[in-house]
Amino acid sequence: MADIKIDKIAKTFGNARALDEITLDIADGEFIALLGPSGCGKTTLLRIIAGLETRSAGRVIIGGRDISDTPTRARGLAMVFQNYAVFPHMTVYENVAFGLRMQKADEARIKAQVARAAELLHIEPYLERYPAKLSGGQRQRVAVARALAVEPPVLLMDEPLSNLDALLRLEMRAELKAVLREAGTTTIYVTHDQTEAMGLADRIAVMHGGRIVQIDKPTAVYSRPKTTFVGGFVGSPPMNFLPVTAASGAIDLDGLSLAAPRPEGNLLAGIRAEDFALSHSGEGLAFDVMVAEPLGSHTLLTGRSHGQMLRVVAPPNGDYPADTRLGLKPDPNRIVWMDAASGEALRQETAA
Amino acid sequence: MNALRRTVYFTGIVALCAWVLVPIYFIALGAFGGRIGVFRWPKSILPTDTSLAAMQLFLQVEGVGQAMVNSIIAACITMALSIALGAPAGYALARFTFPGQNAYRLLILLTRAFPLAILALPLTVAFIRIGLYDTAFGVALIHTALALPFAALVSASLFQAIPRELEEAAWVFGCTRLQAFLKVVLPLALPGIAATAIFAFVISWNEVFAASVLTVRNRTLTAYLLTVLAESPLHFRFAGGFLLIVPSIVFIFAVRKYLFAMWGIANR
Repeated sequence: MADIKIDKIAKTFGNARALDEITLDIADGEFIALLGPSGCGKTTLLRIIAGLETRSAGRVIIGGRDISDTPTRARGLAMVFQNYAVFPHMTVYENVAFGLRMQKADEARIKAQVARAAELLHIEPYLERYPAKLSGGQRQRVAVARALAVEPPVLLMDEPLSNLDALLRLEMRAELKAVLREAGTTTIYVTHDQTEAMGLADRIAVMHGGRIVQIDKPTAVYSRPKTTFVGGFVGSPPMNFLPVTAASGAIDLDGLSLAAPRPEGNLLAGIRAEDFALSHSGEGLAFDVMVAEPLGSHTLLTGRSHGQMLRVVAPPNGDYPADTRLGLKPDPNRIVWMDAASGEALRQETAA
Repeated sequence: MNALRRTVYFTGIVALCAWVLVPIYFIALGAFGGRIGVFRWPKSILPTDTSLAAMQLFLQVEGVGQAMVNSIIAACITMALSIALGAPAGYALARFTFPGQNAYRLLILLTRAFPLAILALPLTVAFIRIGLYDTAFGVALIHTALALPFAALVSASLFQAIPRELEEAAWVFGCTRLQAFLKVVLPLALPGIAATAIFAFVISWNEVFAASVLTVRNRTLTAYLLTVLAESPLHFRFAGGFLLIVPSIVFIFAVRKYLFAMWGIANR
C-alpha cells in the first residue's frame, strides 16, 4: 500500500547532472539503503522524494498516488535528518507529539502513540526534558521516535547514525532494524557507510555519479558486484581486482590454471579478501606480505603479487612477517570476472 | 609573568570601564547633586547632598513631559516598523537564494550612506506637503529608515543561525511554510528579534538631527533638550542628560547577551 515508484527522476544544477534518470521500485514494507560516496546524489534523491528539493524531471509515486507536485506536508511521510533536527524549544514529549498535533489528533491518541514510540526507543525517562539536556544518541532516538509516532507509511532517513560514535552506532543500528521491522514501515535509508547498508537493508541501491549502479540484496551486492566501483566500495576491505589475460579459454596464475569466461582477452578477476586459500608451500599465485594487521577475528594481510596490491584474509593465529612469500589459491566459484576495459562484470552464467 | 599579564589585563578592563562609566557617573552626580553641587569646585567624587530637586524641576518644566511622550511614541513606532519590515527582509536574505542577493545586501547598507544633512531639506519639504511635518509619526519614519538596515541584517544572521533542517522537519511533519515559521523559527528567533527591536528603540530615542529638523512643536526629548539646554542652568542640563542616557543603558544592558552574539563576540 505504501510502495514507492521512482520514475526517471532527474536533477540538474546548472550544467551539472546530479541525478541521471533514476528509476527505482520499492515494495511496501521494504527497507532500501541508498549507498554511495559523497556527491553521488543519494541525499538529493531522498530530498526529492521528501519534496524538500525540486526535481528537473520524472515522477515520484507513493502507494499509487503521484506526489511529484504535492507539498512536503501532504506527502504522508516522515523523515529523520542527519543532524536530527529536534526542535530545541520543545520538550522531548512535544517533539515526539509534533507530527500528531499537526494532524489534529485527539489528546488520548497523541498520548498513546507518544508513549509507544518512546517505549520503542527507550526515551521514556527524558520525555519532560529539553533536547539541550540530551546526548547525541538520545537526541537521535528522539528524532526516530518523532518520525515513528505519526506511524508513517514511508520513512526517510538521511545518514541518521553518522554523527554518533562507533559503539553507539553499532547499538543503534541493531535497535533500528528491530524497531523498523516491527513497525513494517517502507524505509529509504541514505548512507555512505557500507556496513550500515549491509546490516540494515533488505536491498541496497549502490549509487555512483548520479546513477544507480547496482540494486540487489546485500549479500549479492557484496559477492557479485556489477562493476569494479561496487566491488571497491562495498565491503571492507574492498574487493581485489587482479588483471589477468585469458589465452585459449584458460587463465594461468603462476601455474594455477583457471577456466576463463572468455576464450581470449584482458580481464579483471574480482576476488574478495576472504576467498583465497593460503598455501605456505608457495603453491598458486605468488604473494609477498608487506603488512599484517591482526584484527582479532582474522589477520588482514596486505601485499603484492606481480606488482599488484592485494588484500588477503588469513587465520588469526598465524605469524606473517614482512616479505614472507605465500601462495594464494582463489576460490574459482567466487571469482567475479570483469572486463578489463569497461570495469563491468561479465555475465556470470559463462563463468559457472 | 602571569601576574604581569593579569595586571595589564585588569588595568585595561578598569581603563575601558572608566572611559564609559566616569562620564555617566558625573552626569548622574550633576543630576542629583543639587544646584550647589554642580557649581562647587573642586568637585566631590562622592555624592554629598543628593536631592531629586533638579530632576523634579526638570520633569515639571513645560514641554518635557510632552517631549518624552513624543520620544516614546516615535521610538515605539520605529521599533514596530523596523521589525515588521526588517525581519521578513532578513528571513528572505537568510533562506532564499535569489538573483541580486549580494547587491541587495549592499543596498541595504547603502541607505546609511546618505548624509541626513543633505536629505533634511527635501525631506522637510516633502513632509510638509504630505502633512507629516511636526508629527511623531514622521520622525518615526526617518528613524525607521535609519534602524532598518540594522534590523534586516541582524535578523538575517539570526535566521541563518537557525538550522534549515528544523524548518524542513516541520514541513515533513505537516506544517505549511507559515506554520513552520510560526511554530519553529519564530520561537527560536524571538529573543534575538526582541533585542533587535530594543536596539531600534534606542536608535530612535538617541537620534537628534532628524528629530530637530522635522519638528517644531512636537519635539522629541532629544530635540527638545537641544533647544532648551543652551539657556538652562547647569544642574538642569545634567538632569536632562541623565534622563536621556538611562533608557539606552538599561535597554542595552538588558539585551547585551544578544548584541554580543550578533556582533560575533563569543559569549560564555
